Amino acid sequence: MSEVTMDAKITLEQLNVHFGTNHAVKDVTMTMATNSVSAIIGPSGCGKSTVLRSINRMHDLTPSARVSGAILLDGENIYCKECDPVTMRRRVGMVFQKPNPFPAMSIYDNVVAGYKLNGRARRSEMDGIVEQSLQRVSLWDEVKDRLHVNAMQLSGGQQQRLCIARTIAVCPEVILMDEPCSALDPISTLKVEELIDELKEKYTIVIVTHNMQQAARVSDTTAFFYLGELIEMGDTKKIFTNPEKKQTEDYITGRFG
Amino acid sequence: MIFLPPRWNIKRGLNGDFVFKGMTVLFAFSILGILLLMTVAMYRQSLPSLAKTGWSFITAKEWDPVEGNFGALPYIHGSLLSSLLSLALATPLSIATALFITEVTNRRLGSMIAALVELLAAIPSVIYGLWGILVMAPWLQRTVEPFLNDHFGSLPFFSGAPYGVSMLAAVLILMIMIVPIITSITKEVLLAVPDSQREAAIALGATRWEMIRMAVLPYGRSGILGAVILGLGRAIGETMAVTMVIGNTPKISWSLLDPGYTMPSVIANEFAEASSDLHAAALMEIGLILLVITLVINIMARLLLWSVTRTAGGKA
Repeated sequence: MSEVTMDAKITLEQLNVHFGTNHAVKDVTMTMATNSVSAIIGPSGCGKSTVLRSINRMHDLTPSARVSGAILLDGENIYCKECDPVTMRRRVGMVFQKPNPFPAMSIYDNVVAGYKLNGRARRSEMDGIVEQSLQRVSLWDEVKDRLHVNAMQLSGGQQQRLCIARTIAVCPEVILMDEPCSALDPISTLKVEELIDELKEKYTIVIVTHNMQQAARVSDTTAFFYLGELIEMGDTKKIFTNPEKKQTEDYITGRFG
Repeated sequence: MIFLPPRWNIKRGLNGDFVFKGMTVLFAFSILGILLLMTVAMYRQSLPSLAKTGWSFITAKEWDPVEGNFGALPYIHGSLLSSLLSLALATPLSIATALFITEVTNRRLGSMIAALVELLAAIPSVIYGLWGILVMAPWLQRTVEPFLNDHFGSLPFFSGAPYGVSMLAAVLILMIMIVPIITSITKEVLLAVPDSQREAAIALGATRWEMIRMAVLPYGRSGILGAVILGLGRAIGETMAVTMVIGNTPKISWSLLDPGYTMPSVIANEFAEASSDLHAAALMEIGLILLVITLVINIMARLLLWSVTRTAGGKA
């Protein structure tokens, strides 16, 4: 069994997401514990990315998207009227499927891009943040001599770790990862997975992945989605060895999906 | 024996593909040929002027066909001043409009506004000129220019009597004429910015404006620069509307209230009644300078735009 303490960082209550007439996420209720790694798995189109993206209100950018229900972050509904999504997103960072560093910026500027949004940015402070964040994602040794070259000169795996460094540079509490390794080679994938394991000491991590081995390796709890519904959620070991639902078993044994 | 599938065995000869390819190659290169022939012809026609005045043609300020003095500086000055100033006014306006269309408003209103802006580009320039001389110039003369002169008359840019037809009128007309082209290209450039860039900024806790400043504009910067330079090319070559409102006085002045003259305008005004071969050759030489300037500007703009679309297609 996992050693995770079960105080809830994120709670989804009857979450429904519609895109126009398409009901993408149906009545999902689930909890993610503080300082744990939760994996969301399921076949393509099952709504797992949609669930993830509703946790930092990314759907606000999509005019056709409609979200109902509640998502509690430390007990407070981030979808309430008074909640400012901009301040909330500084607490809930996100890493995307494809590495998306800002191509017009240097490595250094990419790392502090979010930090600079706070207004006054002191050079000495920024130097420290850049070093710490890059150390954290074990990229520092690879780039410390060329911090001011363009970020696009890094390899795909390095770019993705840079994006993670950019995310943790603003000191979020939660990190959402949307298939962070799907564009990476096996070695870079391994590095990112090791990183996830280290990061969970300080952060609550929710990761969407296509790769079931990855979910089994990195997560404490796993949620299985199918056709927009949460089929089953529980301790990762249990989900992968002794799932309760037939659909979960069929999926993890590769009978469909 | 090498086995070849049947389609390789088609007898070569004058088949459709060959004719088609030949025709397209011919037509494509004929465009280049026309440009080349035009340049050569202009060069040859301007030889008498080139031989007589040499480099001083572009530095001399005197333009007097009767005395045989031909100095193109007032026209070069007028062209550069009017197009650069109109560019300075049109660029922020166009970028703001493009940002509104792509980042702020919804798709329906956005495409409506984009269509309206592009409609401005379809208005014949003589109509702009007519409106400029009948409506805008009198308005400038009555209200804007006296105001500028009263309040900022101590600056060299706003000194002198208000004529209405002036550098200011030309600048404003040009601004209206180049806003559509800069806006619509900037809009395309901004639409080519991948959503992943916007999401990256938003996920860091950026507001919409911060997202634009951090992710959208930097990503599209060279494309936007290309759009601006293309606008410059359009402004510098514009003839009709400018000729109608600028006042056509070959005098170098920094005051916007004074009338001026541009390269295309002097060609349009004097070519039909060129008093001598040298006069005609001098006009040809102005045309040649104009051609070279616009070609260089356009090539620069295309290169910038090309570099953007290439990275957008290949990497993102």
